[in-house]
Amino acid sequence: MSPTELTAARQLELLASGDSSAEELVSNHLALIDSVDGSVGAFLRVDHQGALAHARAIDGRRARGERLGALAGLPVAVKDILCQTGERVTCASRMLEGFTSPYDATVVAKLRAADAVLIGRTNMDEFAMGGSTENSAFQPTRNPWDLERSPGGSSGGAAACVAARMAPLSIGTDTGGSIRQPAGLCGVVGLKPTYGRVSRFGLVAFASSLDQVGPLARTTEGAAMLLDAITGHDPFDSTSLALPPTAAAANLAKPLENLRIGVVAEHYAEGLDAEVEAAVRAAIRQYQSLGAEVVDVSLPNSKYAVATYYVIAPCEASSNLARYDGIHYGRRADESAIAAALAAERKAALDAGDQAAADAVEPALVRLYRQSRSEAFGPEVKRRIMLGAYALSAGYYDAYYLKALKVRRLIRQDFDAAFQKCDLIVGPTTAGPASKLGSFDDDPLGMYLLDLYTVSANLAGLPAMSLPCGKTKSGLPIGLHLIAPPLEEERLLRGARMYEAAAGQFVEKPACC
Amino acid sequence: MSDYTTIIGLEVHVQLATASKLFCPCSTAYGAEPNTQTCPVCIGMPGSLPVMNGEAVRLAVRTGLALNCTIANETKWDRKQYYYPDLPKGYQISQYDQPICEGGYVEIFDAKNRFEPKRVRLTRAHLEEDAGKSVHDDAPGGPAGGGRGDSMIDLNRTGTPLLEIVSEPDLRSSAEAKAYLSELKLLLTYLGVSDCNMQEGSLRVDANVNLHLGTPDGRVATPIVEIKNMNSFRAVERAIDYEAGRQQRVWRETGRKLGDAPKQTRGWDDAAGKTIAQREKEESSDYRYFPDPDLTPVRLPAEEVEAARAELDRLPATLRAELRAEHGLSQYDADVLVNQGLPVVDYFFATAASAGDGKAAANWVTQDVLRVLKQSEESIESFNVPAAELAGLIKKLAAGEIPKPRGREVFDSMVERGGGVHAAMDELGIAEIDESELVGLAKELLAANPKIVADLRAGKQQAAGALIGQAKKKNPNIDPARFRQLCLELAADA
Amino acid sequence: MPLTRQDVEKVALLARLTLTDAEAEAMTSQLAGIVDYVDQLAQADVEGVEPMAQAVESANVFQQDEVRAGLPREFALRNAPRHSDAGYLVPAVLGD
Ligand SMILES: [Mg+2]
Ligand SMILES: [Zn+2]
Repeated sequence: MSPTELTAARQLELLASGDSSAEELVSNHLALIDSVDGSVGAFLRVDHQGALAHARAIDGRRARGERLGALAGLPVAVKDILCQTGERVTCASRMLEGFTSPYDATVVAKLRAADAVLIGRTNMDEFAMGGSTENSAFQPTRNPWDLERSPGGSSGGAAACVAARMAPLSIGTDTGGSIRQPAGLCGVVGLKPTYGRVSRFGLVAFASSLDQVGPLARTTEGAAMLLDAITGHDPFDSTSLALPPTAAAANLAKPLENLRIGVVAEHYAEGLDAEVEAAVRAAIRQYQSLGAEVVDVSLPNSKYAVATYYVIAPCEASSNLARYDGIHYGRRADESAIAAALAAERKAALDAGDQAAADAVEPALVRLYRQSRSEAFGPEVKRRIMLGAYALSAGYYDAYYLKALKVRRLIRQDFDAAFQKCDLIVGPTTAGPASKLGSFDDDPLGMYLLDLYTVSANLAGLPAMSLPCGKTKSGLPIGLHLIAPPLEEERLLRGARMYEAAAGQFVEKPACC
Repeated sequence: MSDYTTIIGLEVHVQLATASKLFCPCSTAYGAEPNTQTCPVCIGMPGSLPVMNGEAVRLAVRTGLALNCTIANETKWDRKQYYYPDLPKGYQISQYDQPICEGGYVEIFDAKNRFEPKRVRLTRAHLEEDAGKSVHDDAPGGPAGGGRGDSMIDLNRTGTPLLEIVSEPDLRSSAEAKAYLSELKLLLTYLGVSDCNMQEGSLRVDANVNLHLGTPDGRVATPIVEIKNMNSFRAVERAIDYEAGRQQRVWRETGRKLGDAPKQTRGWDDAAGKTIAQREKEESSDYRYFPDPDLTPVRLPAEEVEAARAELDRLPATLRAELRAEHGLSQYDADVLVNQGLPVVDYFFATAASAGDGKAAANWVTQDVLRVLKQSEESIESFNVPAAELAGLIKKLAAGEIPKPRGREVFDSMVERGGGVHAAMDELGIAEIDESELVGLAKELLAANPKIVADLRAGKQQAAGALIGQAKKKNPNIDPARFRQLCLELAADA
Repeated sequence: MPLTRQDVEKVALLARLTLTDAEAEAMTSQLAGIVDYVDQLAQADVEGVEPMAQAVESANVFQQDEVRAGLPREFALRNAPRHSDAGYLVPAVLGD
């Protein structure tokens, strides 16, 4: 059996025992990528040579008895939104197609310190905006369980590469569900930490007050190991919490005692797929059989969560993406063509005797900005920039942005009250299984509503995760969504591990690989 | 038409004297090669994040307290969004609705009494990051330059901490504007929060100007114009005067009132001596401010603010009051001293204390010391007459040990030789005459001149002049005033 | 208030985007749909509720006023679409 079949923890054991070398392990993964990723499209770039060289270096250090990091020799895929020195960072956008980062994101630096092998950069929705990875400017990613379907998004590449065994671990980012939703749809484990747990330094910002970096893995154990490697205080991120790294892997196997599971009435409304609902209810019964108490809790303001999110996230995004103007980096439109076009417009106006129209032709610089951005951004990014600029423009601030910030607090207060009564909230990650590619081509609002169950945790800053809880009759994975109070990542993972251990590991492999 | 008032409000951007930038560790030093003091944060590279420089906040609090502002309990950062090539993030991190300082005032007066002393109210003072610089490149045209060449962007200055100090429209003339700026600059210099170098851009002034006119239909206001690009206080005065005249002309020609036209921005052309309209950006007023989610708010507990206030002493207004009340200085002399900066004021205090005579110390410092410093382009710190020695000179003059007419000669010798007052007297051959010697000489001359004694006793004091003349021939070191006094006393007793 | 084509044109300039006629039409109807959905926020009762701009509400995170080396100029300029040895080049900036 190829070591790629093993979980991250078993792969590390192989390396530690000397039964496999990092070079061998990395080669196996690279070979699988070469054979499978043509049909999945999880990776934007794979660093064959770099990864192998790094693996050999780690083997050498191990042979010399040097002290190695916690992930030494393990391949880790990184979403193409985290800066890595000397590496292209595209965010799956034409805008940054040629951008090479001069610095490492803190998460990347921590992965290096853990001696992980950075194997390649995964596909995503452009600037993490979307829930299907179809908004990538370069390629769609397909769901390994059904290549006609989307893996979800925006961390679709990150989830698909783990599901298809191309990497044991991968790094995703989650602004409204972008780790948990694709994890759920691809049948893997994905965790979004408490806001501030993982440094955002070097994470290309989508919506700064919501973005968090987190792990994807096949099991809770892998997610815990990767989480422990990337958490911790970072002085370069003002919103980073002044706390030591988590140590979730060490206690993972300890079941939670007197566990109270919160079930949210509002989750089981119209729109929830029957098979998904059945799987989630079965998972809740599983918890009961493990001795957990089920408590009904209410999140009355969660009905506003998607609306709140689609004000706050676009407002922040419109501002965060203002820097992409083709001046200091990024794509710049053809300046000669612009100069010629402007001259022609002026001449046409003058020929028509319209001096005012000639004077109104925009300055070259304004045209350069507008054209560069319009050429380089895809439709979903433009939509969110427009939405955010509109909501922040004169006269609308109070009705949209300020109002959304207040509702955000109500949403947080609902959780605070719910966690007085329960330890974890359990529900579905998504309303249904993976959609066919192209389902939301002309329906942005329909796509936004996919975030129904996941956005609240981002708005409230809470740790949350998705783990596999079965499949539909047609063989598509279903995700179970767990939310914990702030900083309770360890509780979250131990609770997830209880279910995972009882339900049996999700070892089945997608047909494609 | 001559019945009008000029209404002026000033916005002053002051660069705070931190070593590193407001949100990154790059140097703020002036004059480096373009783009050699930047990092991912101040270039606005993807993924970079700002972290506040605590020193900038401290300097802003210190300045706000000195400007009599209310310091906010909590202040936050907002993004001001607009596109310009010297603004790499597409927004400037600034403060919108919770500035660090609110209210406050600056008191101004004119030593030449061209206007009444007044209190100029401040609206607010807030922190923000500076933008970069656009440098026009003289190289032949780039592809989109339409033959005008390119601009080169230098981001060294991007992210430098600024305090923007906004006044109410309380100023009524260019002289008042100049006085306000001078007082503000002096205060900032005393505080040590900025070097206020206008040439290097560490102090920049924008002026909002309009006129209130008396017309047969009552008072009307002309549209407000914001003047930019003034590179000296003199330029500010000239630009305001020019703009007042221009607005009168435009009013006569168009009758346009405030509200008839949007606020206009005009640039000052110093060589041409006039303001020139700048191209308006159509959406320029919609900055879409919102709180910067990358930064935490700043909370300033009352104890911290009070501790900062306790460190504030020895500011220009306090010092002027002290000089007048405790040393009997005139408003003019107090102003001259304070305008020289704290080291000169301290030199004065040391001299006055040691000499026991503030008025005399003020005369020596404001006239002779400052004259020498100006000629030699030295600072008081390197001036080679210590305050104690200057005080010694003052005391010896008062005691008549140095003849009054020779005081300046002694001072100049002290400056030249870097020695004390005794060494200078030796050098000049001024022996100290003791009282008995002086009395002996007076008695001798009185005895030899009975006619003069009779005149003196008859009240003809001018008769003493002849005795002084004779005495000086016998001993050039005598102090004429002291000798005259002595003669009068001895003649009366005789 | 319904979102109009004029709003879209105005916002496109603010956001420095250019939309073709077809794009502007599509954008108007899509944004109008989203804004309509988002308008349900009007129903939420937020009387007396403080806005929550950040998920973790900390304060006073400062760094020391110490100079550290930044990027060598060639690294800073490397990603610029057009630059000289000294800086970023753009079409002439007027009125500055
Ligand atoms: Mg300003
Ligand atoms: Zn910097």
